[in-house]
Amino acid sequence: MSANKSIFDAVKNLQEIEETFEMVQILNEEGEIVSPDLDPKLSDDELVELMRRMVFTRILDQRSISLNRQGRLGFYAPTAGQEASQIASHYALEKADWILPGYRDVPQIVWHGVPLSQAFLWSRGHFAGGQSPEGVNVLSPQIIIGAQYVQTAGVALGLQKRGKEAVAVTYTGDGGSSQGDFYEGINFASAFKSPAIFIIQNNQFAISTPRHLQTGAKTLAQKGVAAGIPSIQVDGMDPLAVYMATKEARERAVKGEGPSLIETVCYRYGPHTMAGDDPTRYRTSETDEEWGKKDPIIRFRKYLEAKGLWDETKEEAVITDAKEQIKAAIKEADSVPKQKVTDLISIMHDDNSMPVNLKEQYELYAEKESK
Amino acid sequence: MAQMTMIQAITDALRCELKDDENVLVFGEDVGVNGGVFRATEGLQKEFGEGRVFDTPLAESGIGGLAIGLALEGFRPVPEIQFFGFVYEVMDSISGQLARLRYRSGGNLSAPVTIRSPFGGGVHTPEMHSDSLEGLMAQQPGIKVVVPSTPYDAKGLLIASIRDNDPVVFLEHLKLYRSFREEVPEESYTIELGKADVKREGTDLSIITYGAMVHESLKAAEELEKEGHSVEVIDLRTIQPLDIATIIASVEKTNRAIVVQEAQKQAGVAAQVVAEINERAILSLEAPVLRVAAPDTIYPFPQAESVWLPNYKDVVATAKKVLEF
Repeated sequence: MSANKSIFDAVKNLQEIEETFEMVQILNEEGEIVSPDLDPKLSDDELVELMRRMVFTRILDQRSISLNRQGRLGFYAPTAGQEASQIASHYALEKADWILPGYRDVPQIVWHGVPLSQAFLWSRGHFAGGQSPEGVNVLSPQIIIGAQYVQTAGVALGLQKRGKEAVAVTYTGDGGSSQGDFYEGINFASAFKSPAIFIIQNNQFAISTPRHLQTGAKTLAQKGVAAGIPSIQVDGMDPLAVYMATKEARERAVKGEGPSLIETVCYRYGPHTMAGDDPTRYRTSETDEEWGKKDPIIRFRKYLEAKGLWDETKEEAVITDAKEQIKAAIKEADSVPKQKVTDLISIMHDDNSMPVNLKEQYELYAEKESK
Repeated sequence: MAQMTMIQAITDALRCELKDDENVLVFGEDVGVNGGVFRATEGLQKEFGEGRVFDTPLAESGIGGLAIGLALEGFRPVPEIQFFGFVYEVMDSISGQLARLRYRSGGNLSAPVTIRSPFGGGVHTPEMHSDSLEGLMAQQPGIKVVVPSTPYDAKGLLIASIRDNDPVVFLEHLKLYRSFREEVPEESYTIELGKADVKREGTDLSIITYGAMVHESLKAAEELEKEGHSVEVIDLRTIQPLDIATIIASVEKTNRAIVVQEAQKQAGVAAQVVAEINERAILSLEAPVLRVAAPDTIYPFPQAESVWLPNYKDVVATAKKVLEF
């Protein structure tokens, strides 16, 4: 039998599956609607609000990088380039929805209700950064890549058992889709038909490792096939496509039709984190330039300007507002009292069940701190 | 009161809690219609429904994540890990996540999760079923670790674990599941976590132990009594946090102690107990505190269990070394 003649059509099967995951785009790089039938038809106010949030988030990124360089912020994972993926997906959510973010997904929880000052405290490494206000359904950014996926399956099952009309949404990157917890998370949610939305933000690189070294799969969206869940690959630099995919996944979820997987094809303009990563070691300026043309803010600006909904004055106002809010938030973060060991001990357990070793150590440190 | 084996007492505790608190959920691999691989959850799905007692896909990490997520929606999850040797698959969910949920949220969120899991040797299980890995858990801040040795303790400690507002790892020794019966009250009762129990009073030597080694130590105490030694046996019951007060009071009375565990010498919690005694009661000691533990090899092939696992003879021998120091 010749090697290239197969009895089973395994190769054809794969090709057929992979061909079904074509990238969906609604708004092209020129700001033109290319798939009118998919247009979410947001109101003028909604479109403007989405743009305001994206511009605000771009400024937040610029200021965060600068504050990090000044030593006024700690851990920071840049977000520029991912505004459509992060902000437009969040824009499709409701207040009742839970967000389980990864370490790069601070903007989503900020727009969900976490005060900016707390986001800054989280970056610096202060426990108050994790004290999200009551009723703001978010976890702190997850550092263990994939853990947020299995936990999302649990939150979604919880929402389902409570009979709530809400979803659990989580994010990981392209590298994260190689983790076991990534697969277990989508598979558990599928088995329980729970209201979860799993988003892979494929920004092409996991630190220095390019997307193609994570898997031979043509798309990351097709990984949903393994769990038997509806999956889609969208242009992650296109706010309308990301919004529409998330909204549709949310509608399916709250109707009891189970979880979905969304791959957003996007790009981070900055380094992986501010902890010494140098993207010029693994990325070319040509690639940066090519993706620069796809910038979600540029194309959305063009779209809104053509509709007469946006201009330079409006954008300047957002930028000024963002800078003022950031300044105030940093000031607020500065005013938060320094952490003491007794603080750390007292947030370990329920007040009524502090273990004896910690009770002893509490006394020891209280004494130390009183001097 | 009823005569119960430890496994019946565990089922009874689960039943009490499922009845008393509608937020209690029991789930894991084959815990539903099958009633668990050891019948620990027998009849519970039938009584409380598939919404409360349910099976999961075969993935320990996913089970851990499920428990954390359900806790965030206000449930009180009681997941099962089929054998504790499989804990490596779910180490992140337990030690990396569950243990620190309250802390990382600055005290705002909590994880009232009780992980039940069987372990322990002497019944010729296949690989990775009987390993004593409680030492790994005991080293993780944020988790309490409970190991009962009797039906009565198992029920009261499990109810207390489920009601605790922070994560508890509840380890059930396979050999003790059905090895004997004991009077167990039918109603709910709790035994405070972090409290040891003096299973036998004595004045010459303290044996500090937990799990199946409690029974080996009691047997050894009887042997030693025949030779005129009065031995106190302390069942730790909770191995994290340790009941320092009970341990130290006993050592101050007897002035001699050994610590007995089934785990390898480099594992378990015996070294921690010895260190606490050294720090707090060295002036009471007439002899060093010695340990009875398994050899520092991988858990034995089933046929080698009898020569590898510590038993009452090892306890007697080590006790004599200390008594005759």
